[in-house]
Amino acid sequence: MAKFKVNGVEHELDIEPEMPLLWAIRDELGMTGTKFGCGIASCGACTVHVNSSAVRSCVLPVSAVEGQDITTIEGLAFAANAAGTSGINDNSAPNITAVQQAWIDHQVPQCGYCQSGMIMAVSSFLASNPNPSDADIDAGITNVCRCGSYPRVRKAIHSLAIA
Amino acid sequence: MKVSRRRFILSSALVGGGVLIGYSATRPSKHRLANNELAKGGEHYVTSFLKIDPDNQVTIYVPHAEMGQGVHTSLAMMAADEMDADWEKVRIEQAPAIDLFANGDLIKGFAGEAGVPSFLMGLVNVSATKIAEIGNLQITGGSSSVRFTGDTAMRTAGAAARQMLIECAAQRWNVPADECTASLSYVMHSGSEQSLTYGELASDAALLEPTTEPTLKDRSQFNIMGKAISRNDIPAKVDGTAPYGLDYHSDDMLYAAIRMAPVFGTKLVSVDASAALSRRGVKRVVELEDSVAVVANSYWRAKEALKLVKTEFETSENDSISSADIAARFDAELASSNGSKDFEQGDTDDAIAGAADTIEASYRVPYLSHAPMEPMNCTVHFHDGKADLWTSTQDALGIRGRVAKIGGLDENDVTHHFSYVGGGFGRRLPFTWNVIDHATLIAKEFDVPVKTVLSREDDMQQDYYRPAVHSNFKAGFDSYGNIAAWHNRFTGPIQVAGAAFIPYDIKNQSIRVVDGETHVPIAAWRSVDHSQQTFFTESFVDEIAHRTGINPYQFRMNLLLRHPRHRKVLEVAAEAAGYGQNLPEGHALGLAVQESFGSICAEVAEVSIGDDGQPIVHKVTAAIDCGWAVNPDTVEAQVESGIIFGLTAALYGEITIENGRVAQNNFPDYEMVRMADVPEIEVHIVESGEALGGLGEPATPPIAAAVTNGLYILTGKRVRDLPIRKHDFSKPASLAAV
Repeated sequence: MAKFKVNGVEHELDIEPEMPLLWAIRDELGMTGTKFGCGIASCGACTVHVNSSAVRSCVLPVSAVEGQDITTIEGLAFAANAAGTSGINDNSAPNITAVQQAWIDHQVPQCGYCQSGMIMAVSSFLASNPNPSDADIDAGITNVCRCGSYPRVRKAIHSLAIA
Repeated sequence: MKVSRRRFILSSALVGGGVLIGYSATRPSKHRLANNELAKGGEHYVTSFLKIDPDNQVTIYVPHAEMGQGVHTSLAMMAADEMDADWEKVRIEQAPAIDLFANGDLIKGFAGEAGVPSFLMGLVNVSATKIAEIGNLQITGGSSSVRFTGDTAMRTAGAAARQMLIECAAQRWNVPADECTASLSYVMHSGSEQSLTYGELASDAALLEPTTEPTLKDRSQFNIMGKAISRNDIPAKVDGTAPYGLDYHSDDMLYAAIRMAPVFGTKLVSVDASAALSRRGVKRVVELEDSVAVVANSYWRAKEALKLVKTEFETSENDSISSADIAARFDAELASSNGSKDFEQGDTDDAIAGAADTIEASYRVPYLSHAPMEPMNCTVHFHDGKADLWTSTQDALGIRGRVAKIGGLDENDVTHHFSYVGGGFGRRLPFTWNVIDHATLIAKEFDVPVKTVLSREDDMQQDYYRPAVHSNFKAGFDSYGNIAAWHNRFTGPIQVAGAAFIPYDIKNQSIRVVDGETHVPIAAWRSVDHSQQTFFTESFVDEIAHRTGINPYQFRMNLLLRHPRHRKVLEVAAEAAGYGQNLPEGHALGLAVQESFGSICAEVAEVSIGDDGQPIVHKVTAAIDCGWAVNPDTVEAQVESGIIFGLTAALYGEITIENGRVAQNNFPDYEMVRMADVPEIEVHIVESGEALGGLGEPATPPIAAAVTNGLYILTGKRVRDLPIRKHDFSKPASLAAV
């Protein structure tokens, strides 16, 4: 039995301990916002948060997240609202975070397939480095976007910087 | 402006009120895709529909796939603007993959149970004849959506709707139609101060004979086109809800992992699946002609079990072929064959013999994989003599037909379900069928949905690649920058006409193609032949410029006197990039220009060499003349995207063949440009007002030559084969004489 929380909901799954978290989320739970890109933790399309830290779920066995809190793109706003870190000043609980809003404002996604992972990576990155330099972004955001949304990712990140 | 093309305007009443207005046309195909089967029809069907509901909502059905190019929004903008709809009340949907005209599905799909007006049936029959000749295609490729579908079908449907709504209101108020105006989904009569919403007029409009001469707006009348409008697909792409083909999920579904013959074209000989069959969740092992698949209740279980399957594939004469063998064969072909004509004018041999100076150079590029971020996948569910289909595709109708053919069904019994496309770039065009065929054959053995997925490794090794190409040049010229002769021989095949053509004023030209067939399957890859041919031609022109001592910008400008649009984009890009001004120490600017898919794009790359001897691309300044911009923000995004896609290929892209098979597996050995490599990109849109040009592809071709031309100025080293990373720039050569 694998036990972990996804977006605040406790799950107990009868699956192999070595099954990567990505496939437990997608095929067992049917939550498809988290993407399969390379299967070797190279591209970052599968990025989720485990206890608020960004991890690439395609190589992470479920045994490694036993009892942990996992946040996927579907639960990002929920988790941010709960923690008071959504970045959107709104009395109601917003459905998206400031990072996601910046993605809309800067029209970042193209095909969009990598963007769940990109947004999860950037959200965690900005939490630890709220005012990153270009060099910080180069080193910290290593996800692959085949459409080349990178210039807009960079602009969106800078727009979120807290001076 | 008047629409003068052959056209069909259709309209139909909707159950519960409202109207459906459509447009269909035939026009010459601009597509020359991997397989000639496509070209032989010579016709490309475009259809568009818009629906007006009684509550004044307008729904625009877009017949193209959304794969990040923003086409759903751009095409809807074109229809909505022509009909003077209130953009806030417009809903955008992708048109389903059905034979709109062939069998009355127009009504089934869009209009519920409403009857078919007799006038419409006549059109249906005419169109059905045409469609039978060409097969069913609903292609998104060739950078064609906006310039063909948009500029004809979408705008015409919108203009027809507007005209019919105005006519309807005029009748109702008993006033002349030319006293009525339309704006923001209302028709108004200024004299009587009356107004009606489109929704209130829609049901009556359905009773009118459709207009035959819709008048399109002039650009000065646009309210929506030309504005940077937010794309409608983006909100779902930031919260994880956007559906891609790979995302289809049902509780009872199964998953297939597949191992295909590693050497292209070989067949499966034997399988030992005993160890796999005992694994948890494994349902069956399916043997196909060229592959074996494990079907299990999760993709991971299927993939893990597949590792335990022992397979033997037949041997073939290609088993020992390597990239070096292919290169040697190409060189031998170029040495021995004069090939077939691509373009000829004047007498090149004579002109070279009489030239003051001559120059020769040989270039080559490797095979490239498409590597869209969404791995190739296809889910098929056979049930009750029908099939449901989920796959990200650039041609939903074509895929539907293919699944029907392979699955032994009538195509109307196959339903393709909409999804966004997680990257196309040519990989998801017709005739790159491998995952589709396999998925269909595997799913046919089950009565639940079966999702077949190619892993990243599978896709990299079983793609249909951008061809490896060698290209040899000779030119005769003088020191004043006159080129008397241009002689070019390259390995084919030619997938898109004219990619090797040059805009430069050269009297004698001989451009010919020799056989470049190998056992490696090829297909269209973003910009098709332009990405390699532009690297070749724009590098060689640069070589000649340097030999004459004229700076490469001026050299090109002098030879482009008959191409003012090329001159303009070069001038805009060069000026914005600071060409001819002082650059930071150790930086240089390289430039290139190419026309493709109806647009002309110039790019200036600012480069330097890093401490590790590797090139750094600091900035790319682009100028694109796409006629005019429907959605300027989307234009900029596509230029950024095209540059980065081409930069990945230029810096890193290389698929090699070893023992007849692809040597690369995944991103570490087929590396991508990532954030740290990405230059600053500045895009200038040059609006010539000419016919709309494409945007998905034209920014890809110039970047490789722009970068290598800059590296030559910096290092004196001429890169004649890609990727750039194979070259060592750490030992500076003498500076080029510029």
